[in-house]
Amino acid sequence: MAHKDQAPHGGHGTPTHEAGHAPGHDAHAHPTWKQYKWVALILTAITVVEVWIYYIPSFVASKLFVPSLLIMSAVKFAIVVMYYMHLKYDARLFRALFTGPLIIAVVTIISLLFLFGHIAVRMGS
Amino acid sequence: MASPALDHIEAGPHGHHYTTTGLDSRKIAIWAFIGSECMLFASLISTYLIYKGRSVVGPFPHEACNPPACATALKPILNIPVTSASTFVLLMSSLAMVLALAAVENRNLPKHTTGDRILGSSKLWLWATCILGATFLAFQAYEFTSFVHEGLTIRTNLFGSSFFTLTGFHGAHVTAGVIWLGTLLAIDYKRGLQPSDAINVDIAALYWHFVDVVWIAIFTLVYLIQ
Repeated sequence: MAHKDQAPHGGHGTPTHEAGHAPGHDAHAHPTWKQYKWVALILTAITVVEVWIYYIPSFVASKLFVPSLLIMSAVKFAIVVMYYMHLKYDARLFRALFTGPLIIAVVTIISLLFLFGHIAVRMGS
Repeated sequence: MASPALDHIEAGPHGHHYTTTGLDSRKIAIWAFIGSECMLFASLISTYLIYKGRSVVGPFPHEACNPPACATALKPILNIPVTSASTFVLLMSSLAMVLALAAVENRNLPKHTTGDRILGSSKLWLWATCILGATFLAFQAYEFTSFVHEGLTIRTNLFGSSFFTLTGFHGAHVTAGVIWLGTLLAIDYKRGLQPSDAINVDIAALYWHFVDVVWIAIFTLVYLIQ
């Protein structure tokens, strides 16, 4: 394929309008087709690991189970947002518009879990 | 009647409207909308987590329920293999969506090989995204139907209420996304999506990927964490 290694969104970091980009489309250098393929493979691999550890009773019973699932989920979330939603390449204002409410959302979830006693901080011995 | 000079100020040298931020207002709007959607889903997810493990009667998500707690013996209701498959389908739909956007943006590039033509076919990738989104919805319909047959409805217990509300809202978002993609496909068949339409496809793609990241969170928090 002649252009499979080109950036699907405008070539090798070229300004977007030079590669037939729509004017007014606030895109910068976007991932290449190869990067999209690798992102999909990584997302699939992480999902496979998540489901795999779900079926290991000794790991499910360990303290590592929930943190490892949360970390893998957060990594998948970040990869999709950065590469598929192009937040890594887009304007800072878009990042602020997304991460601001996201932080509020996560803090709200954690606060409510503390409030309703699902998680607690144990002080002292 | 606007003068040519005013037209230039309003439309800009590249044909798009100037904004005080220098960014396209439609893209700012979709990111603001996605930000607000983050908080909507945070409220639904936190409600589910707060009620988790507080159901008095079964069926339960991860635990079996035996008499006398339940009238009959009930297995854990969540079907992880089916949900894993639907998660994979939604992840692949996101890949198809970025390829659809790339195909629209690069429509004017020359296509020399079969591979180029496949990668550059916006119709193909939009169809793929639509079909994968519809497949995810079919998985969800199967899951909801099997739950109802096993005795779990939105009125059965706290788990049922919070689970159906959360996943139902997500399913409604996926449905809206499939309809949105369908309208883009209709435009593509009618007059062909041009690079100047890329912003419209990009906005739809952002919505679609957001629906995907919400599912990433739901899959872990609802299905995998016991």
